[in-house]
Amino acid sequence: MSRIARSTLTPQAAAGRGSAGGGLGWLALPALAVFVAFGVVPLIGVLALSFTSWDGLGEIRWTGLTSWREVLTDPGLPHALWVTFLVMAFSWLVQTPASILIGVFLAGHQRYREVLAVLYFIPLLLSSAAIAITYKALLDPNFGLGAGLGVDLLVQDWLGEPVLAFGVVIFTVSWQFIPFHALIYQGGVRQIPRSLYEAAEIDGAGRIRKFFSITLPQLKYTIITSSTLMVVGSLTFFDLIFVLTEGGPGDATRVLALEMYKRGFQANLMGPASAIAVVLVLLGLVLALLLRRIGGRDPGASQLEGAS
Amino acid sequence: MIATSKPAPRTASRPRSRRQGVGERPNWIGGAVAWLWLLVVIVPIYWIVITSFKTQANYYATNPLLPPTEPVLDNYRLVIESDFPRYFRNSVIVAVGAVVPAVAFSFMAAYAIVRAGAASRFLRLVNSLFLMGLAIPLQAAVIPIYLIIIKLRLYDSLTALILPSIAFAIPLSVLVLSNFIRDVPKELFESMRIDGAGEVKMLWRLALPLTRPAVVTVTIYNALTIWNGFLLPLILTQSPDKRTLPLALWTFQGQYSVNVPAVLASVVLTTLPILILYAVGRRQLLSGLTAGIGK
Repeated sequence: MSRIARSTLTPQAAAGRGSAGGGLGWLALPALAVFVAFGVVPLIGVLALSFTSWDGLGEIRWTGLTSWREVLTDPGLPHALWVTFLVMAFSWLVQTPASILIGVFLAGHQRYREVLAVLYFIPLLLSSAAIAITYKALLDPNFGLGAGLGVDLLVQDWLGEPVLAFGVVIFTVSWQFIPFHALIYQGGVRQIPRSLYEAAEIDGAGRIRKFFSITLPQLKYTIITSSTLMVVGSLTFFDLIFVLTEGGPGDATRVLALEMYKRGFQANLMGPASAIAVVLVLLGLVLALLLRRIGGRDPGASQLEGAS
Repeated sequence: MIATSKPAPRTASRPRSRRQGVGERPNWIGGAVAWLWLLVVIVPIYWIVITSFKTQANYYATNPLLPPTEPVLDNYRLVIESDFPRYFRNSVIVAVGAVVPAVAFSFMAAYAIVRAGAASRFLRLVNSLFLMGLAIPLQAAVIPIYLIIIKLRLYDSLTALILPSIAFAIPLSVLVLSNFIRDVPKELFESMRIDGAGEVKMLWRLALPLTRPAVVTVTIYNALTIWNGFLLPLILTQSPDKRTLPLALWTFQGQYSVNVPAVLASVVLTTLPILILYAVGRRQLLSGLTAGIGK
């Protein structure tokens, strides 16, 4: 009650909000507490754990730089980094053009396109585990779709050959996420002012010209948002690859997150695994900042400026 | 612009763009890609559904893309008998137990952040902490989470899955919700305050009803993420009776990898609840997502 009294006493909006702001802090406390306990503390903890030796059960001992030395001299890390980079690059290259084209197409207001959008959305609802399991069954050389149809081209050891397995991972990732990014682009396209197109039409611009001169430049921030989500998201592909290939064959699809899991929870080397996790965080931050720099503004904080 | 009126411009512009669409040449490239991708999306889903109704013998004997001549429910029976009702219950407990507090806490925080604006340094700090939190990948935090859960003696319990799930749902929820609360006209708050309403009442009576689409969006989105979560159950639970559905799917496939129809029936069964949720909340989910993340 005193809060209201105080703020009604000061007619100036700024001062009024100032006192209200002081009294509002407690509303943020529950979210802050949980987030600090299970988000911030682990983030600091993972850095601390990277300087220790721990088998996941016993005692945690400080061992200084031992874990880091172990990780940095092991060929596993550069390999995992390379695979992660390849997954990132190829999934971006496949997903972005397809998502933009589909998004532009879906932005039309014809009714059947809305039906299309409903169907497109289905892969987003499936868990990565379910998708991986489905594709594992579908691509099985003995029991899968290819064998059943008798099409030799489809009967391959899809998950047994390094290059094929990598291709399957990229395809499955695209299958799962293109719909999501297409929807983001659909939203972006619908926010482009019609007057721009009308002006271009008066100037006699064709569809392709309009796409490259208006749609694409106007989608700049949408592209950055979508790319940020794709690139940073690709660092965290774990469920899908874990269930689909477990990083194999050999280590052909062993991305950073998988390398971390295998060291930590399968080889019980939590110290080195934490060091890899730190690399993962740093990589994510660097990439997010880089993309933000390219964008020239914060794609997270100011979304509404573009919307309104 | 009031948050609830967000989808309105879209409907308003519909007749205009339709008129314009008539005179326009069709978008061949976009159309080709879109229809092709639709096929790529639909064929596996179609295959999952029809195969789940075939017997194992029938599956090997017939064309995999033709529907079964005599659909059977044996696969579903096998899945249900493999303790899936329990896994289903576990998933529901974890999803509800995490989503309700996550959305409530996020809404309170978002309300405070927006209402205080630049006036409260504490809330500004909290806000930037959450924004940074968007960049924390769950994978990178699992080892310390595992340690914390062991120290709290929560290992191998459903609570162990709920707590980190709440934490990792908060940053994006706060971002989306605060974007929407920011659109509630300040005059409405002002007039309610003149009528003597406190912040809690304004949150409950003004901000919440006006941002309902965003709340629904955030709820569905979080429910989906948590329902489909695989890594936390994999790392924080051990005994079969604590499994959630994605983990159960994985172990079920390990057990019955040769029985493709049964594996696919398990996929269908675990996806069904989400499909229903999607059918119910689709419109709001889409408008909320595109407005919140779109641009």
